[in-house]
Amino acid sequence: MGAAREPHIPDGQPTGQSFGAAAATRSNQPDSSKVPFVNQTREAPAWKKSVINLDSGFKGLMLVAALVVLGIVGLIVAELMQGSALAWQKFGIHFFFGSEWDPVSGGFGALPFIYGTVVSSLVALFIAVPLAVAVAVFVTEMCPKPLRRPISYATELLAAIPSVIYGLWAIFILVPILRVHVEPWLMKYFSWTGLFTGPAYGIGMLAAGVVLAIMIVPIISSITREVLAVVPQPQREAALALGATRWEMIRMAVLRNARAGIMGAVILGLGRALGETMAVTMVIGNSPSIAKSLLAPGYTMASVIANEFNEATSDLHRSALIEIGLALFIVTIIVNILAGLMVWTVTRGTPARTNA
Amino acid sequence: MATAVEVHDLKAWFGKTEALHGINMAVEAKHATAVIGPSGCGKSTFIRCLNRMHETNPEAKSEGTVRVGGVDVYEMPAVDVRRRVGMVFQKPNPFPTMTIYDNVAAGLKLNGTHNRKILDDIVEHSLQQAALWDEVKDILKKQSGASLSGGQQQRLCIARALAVSPEVMLMDEPASALDPISTAKIEDLIFELKQKLTIVIVTHNMQQASRVAEFTGFFLMGNLIEFDKTEKIFTNPSDKRTEDYITGRFG
Repeated sequence: MGAAREPHIPDGQPTGQSFGAAAATRSNQPDSSKVPFVNQTREAPAWKKSVINLDSGFKGLMLVAALVVLGIVGLIVAELMQGSALAWQKFGIHFFFGSEWDPVSGGFGALPFIYGTVVSSLVALFIAVPLAVAVAVFVTEMCPKPLRRPISYATELLAAIPSVIYGLWAIFILVPILRVHVEPWLMKYFSWTGLFTGPAYGIGMLAAGVVLAIMIVPIISSITREVLAVVPQPQREAALALGATRWEMIRMAVLRNARAGIMGAVILGLGRALGETMAVTMVIGNSPSIAKSLLAPGYTMASVIANEFNEATSDLHRSALIEIGLALFIVTIIVNILAGLMVWTVTRGTPARTNA
Repeated sequence: MATAVEVHDLKAWFGKTEALHGINMAVEAKHATAVIGPSGCGKSTFIRCLNRMHETNPEAKSEGTVRVGGVDVYEMPAVDVRRRVGMVFQKPNPFPTMTIYDNVAAGLKLNGTHNRKILDDIVEHSLQQAALWDEVKDILKKQSGASLSGGQQQRLCIARALAVSPEVMLMDEPASALDPISTAKIEDLIFELKQKLTIVIVTHNMQQASRVAEFTGFFLMGNLIEFDKTEKIFTNPSDKRTEDYITGRFG
């Protein structure tokens, strides 16, 4: 075999073949074992092939799942826009500035609901943010280790309570307390602000704000906890080594470094508060009016949809409710994206502190 | 010569592990003292006991006496100790959300100094002492402390520690994260600084110890094996283990 091929080689080499061809002739020579080896790497064995197929199938499945989620969001937007077309044609942009809401005569304006949603959420933030940040600071910076888990677990448990239960609790416990103790006191000392005037019903904007506050404490505090935990330990040591007390250290090195993330947590809480329906509907008083006093009843965007959609008889009424839904949807999405970005800028790429 | 820091029978623990087994040392005022030894020998723990930073770790505790300027640090508030005994860490840790100016002024503001004129003066003086003034004087209030290079950041941290005019400066491997040129600058700085204050420097780099320090302590497994003039430690150590370490037989 070798003898038969030998004469070919001297023929080929002097003509100055390319490097690749020379290599090919060489591999034809003594060790023919190289050839099947090359073949082997080029083509995977049967069992490997089926795994690869499965893998690409799995990839496709995941892609479909991801697209389905996006598709649902798109469909919701399309549906809301289609459903609200009638109201949009009739009122245009004035829908959002009109304060009349009269299903009987067919006049619809969303302002009282927008006002109610915004104000009840702001009241909630006003109460919840200091509380939630304080809990987070306590848990990450001061709490004895054995207490850490139980406290964070307990705050997170608040998030697991169904919102209708909050509503019931608010009606039976919170509202009477507000009516008898808190609101008269606020009226006595703070009526000059104009925010606490009028009869103390108990039910109203303040009650809604307090319930919302309790509901958004868990999310704000757990995200703040995460953000505080990624503040590098050397930052804390730098402040301490300068002679900072523990509180000064927390202010200088921890809260300051984490402020963007805390802001994100707050906005995420705001997103929750804006969309919350049940508990708010139960205690806000459901009156489509704009009152300066927080003690007066109000109405929110989510509540009016929940309350009136079933009984909406005219197409225009239904369309107006859907338009409120669209507005709420857009606002909460924007708020959530904003919050997500702010948290991400703080936590990206930073490993969690080990002793957190 | 005066003693700036006097350590007597100092023991330190992390949880149940004893990291230091009774250290005795007298640090000369206005000199540099180097602390050398293999990783995990307790040298960082030792200097962190001197300004009570050790106890900021919730698992840690310590025992024994440390006197700074004749006063037992465990008898005075930790906050006061840390104002008298400054510290520079291994990795530069300026406050990233503060400007260069605010970084240096941070300690002063904690002390309650808010007078603009006084702050301006001390910030300039501290940055000059840290040999950073010329590089940052135009961006003082414009750029964040984190925008500087690693070596500049470390000098900024030194300026920040100097601003509260400590008597003693602890340096925990201050140059180990820096390039050779930045390291040389830090070493020059130590030469300048020890005219005015006492320096205790932990280092892995034995050449660095021999260059900057008059005295050297060799730590091994939580014990101070030998403490003497740097020259003596590096040329004629009295303990076999010191000699083995110096000559690179272990560690």
